[in-house]
Amino acid sequence: MDKILRIDVGSQGGPKAVETGLGDYEGLGGRAMTSGIISKEVPPLCHPLGADNKLVIAPGMLSGSAAAMSGRLSVGCKSPLTGGIKESNSGGQGAQVLARLGYAAIVLEGKPSNDTLYKVVINHDGVKIEADNSLKMLGNYDLVDKIKDTYGEKFCSISIGPAGEMKLSAATIAITDMEQRPTRHAGRGGVGAVMGSKGIKAIILDDTGCKMRKPKDPEAFKAANKEFVAGIKKHPVSGEGLPAFGTNVLTNVLNEAGGYPTRNFSSGQFEGAGKISGETLAELETSRGGKATHGCHTGCIIKCSGTFHDKDGNYLTKQPEYETIWAHGGNCCIDDLDAIAMLDRLDDDFGIDTIEMGATIGVAMEAGLAEFGDAEAAINFVKQVGEGTPLGRILGNGAEVTGKVFGVERIPVVKGQAMPAYDPRAVQGIGVTYATTTQGADHTAGYAVATNILGVGGNVDALKPEGQIELSRNLQIATAAIDATGMCLFIAFPILDQPETFQALVDLLNGFHGLSLTADDVSALGKSILTKEREFNAGAGFTSKHDRLPEYFKNEKLAPHGVTFTVSDEELDQVFNW
Amino acid sequence: MIKIDLNLFVTLSEYLPENSDCFEIPEDTTVEKLMNDLGVPKDIVKLIFINGQRKEISYQLKNEDRVGIFPPVGGG
Ligand code: SF4
Repeated sequence: MDKILRIDVGSQGGPKAVETGLGDYEGLGGRAMTSGIISKEVPPLCHPLGADNKLVIAPGMLSGSAAAMSGRLSVGCKSPLTGGIKESNSGGQGAQVLARLGYAAIVLEGKPSNDTLYKVVINHDGVKIEADNSLKMLGNYDLVDKIKDTYGEKFCSISIGPAGEMKLSAATIAITDMEQRPTRHAGRGGVGAVMGSKGIKAIILDDTGCKMRKPKDPEAFKAANKEFVAGIKKHPVSGEGLPAFGTNVLTNVLNEAGGYPTRNFSSGQFEGAGKISGETLAELETSRGGKATHGCHTGCIIKCSGTFHDKDGNYLTKQPEYETIWAHGGNCCIDDLDAIAMLDRLDDDFGIDTIEMGATIGVAMEAGLAEFGDAEAAINFVKQVGEGTPLGRILGNGAEVTGKVFGVERIPVVKGQAMPAYDPRAVQGIGVTYATTTQGADHTAGYAVATNILGVGGNVDALKPEGQIELSRNLQIATAAIDATGMCLFIAFPILDQPETFQALVDLLNGFHGLSLTADDVSALGKSILTKEREFNAGAGFTSKHDRLPEYFKNEKLAPHGVTFTVSDEELDQVFNW
Repeated sequence: MIKIDLNLFVTLSEYLPENSDCFEIPEDTTVEKLMNDLGVPKDIVKLIFINGQRKEISYQLKNEDRVGIFPPVGGG
């Protein structure tokens, strides 16, 4: 991982690739790399779809090595959805393969002079870029099948669907999993629209002939990995709960806690929760011959995912995540897992963020475009996004645009990005993260749900403002650092509870890179990433006034607790005051 | 006797008694006692929600409480 591949899509005669050394970016990975490049090279006031924006794709510091859980990929740019900096994180094979090919980052830059669509092919022998207009408007599934015809069964692809080509703000970048299915997505913030604006449909990676990355201190690295794996296995969440039931185990938990946003964030409990819970899903999956336990990339040992088969026993989609099932399910009052799985499949195929899309449909239902609970209407909405009808293009630009177009007041967004599956009134810590993160409303940026609801990393009362600022601050710092390593964020469950597992992570970094980092250094890394991101956002026009939840969360009481969001503005302004 | 709406989730569901949504228990029953009576191993009881609020295992149940109990879980 000692080179950066820069592709200038504005070169005369089509995109040109240049390989450079790491220079200023030496030692960076994942989110540290993407936010490092964006904050240094992209003018904050540029148009997200214009020549000056860049799309940076970076494996983490430990990706491509033997470290367990290390295959997460960071995708960064100025976001067309939020107008601020973006790091969108994905599983799939991308990070492992890219790291083994030796790239610390791929940077797409410039602006194409016409609308020819290109594919980039990277393997052991180098980089080839070819025009291929036959790929236009293909869904991710058909696209991958077509790539298979030419490139066989070993590649990993990083691609956009029709939503990305249409430059919709909810467009994702799809990354294939171990079975070459385009099921893992850099979902949030419209990164797919930026890839579309660069005229690149797919990046096809094949690491045949490349070796695993070698640690500087093999003994120390091996010992640390052993301890790290043991720590993950022994923690009940990462060792048992996530493998068996996946993230959707949270449906019943959040519903019991009264923090499950229902009917476009108008209630905290959903009657149909049991029908779409993780327990029901796992049973349905196995009864149809799908899998309830499945890893999204080589080296994942938690395996929170699975495969979902339709009524006839044929593969339909991967096991939809909790957030997806909530967004398309409870938030829209849909309690039919088959319909939700179909929506997940369509989202993945067209390349749309499942959270943004579900939240948008909730807003559209509130606007009266369909009844809450009408699964057929929801499926039709998503199909319209894929087709690019005028309504589809409105919906494909997310909840805020849709709410404005149809005159809805209750629009659950921060910085233009839709909130995920935790109501900030009943889970106040996650409200602090939604409000203040550089990313727009994002649960992964500082998962206070762990401590507010799940009893991981201690306990902070979810319904009260006390302690939430400090909790969110510490989690945001730790998360930024984890996002730099390439580790899946679900390692947070064991490392929050088990100091020795956190130490094993630090030892992994040290053993691999020949460093002597301490816990304080890891925290400093997280802070430096957040600082760069905040500087970028300030340059793009963001002030503390943007670190707020929409007004109705302060005014409208949420059932069943009858609570509003009570963390004060003054307190919110203290999150980054470390 | 009082009545509670008892919900046991994930791996605890196998211990769910009949009539769980209208389950009769003696007054003064704590969650701990209830788990004991149902044969639920205490070490797999992690999250206790009473009417949507997190409570300790020593919580004394009241008439018409909605009770939701989970083993350690996570996601995101
Ligand atoms: S735990 Fe889940 S999200 Fe994380 S790497 Fe494994 S399958 Fe992917």
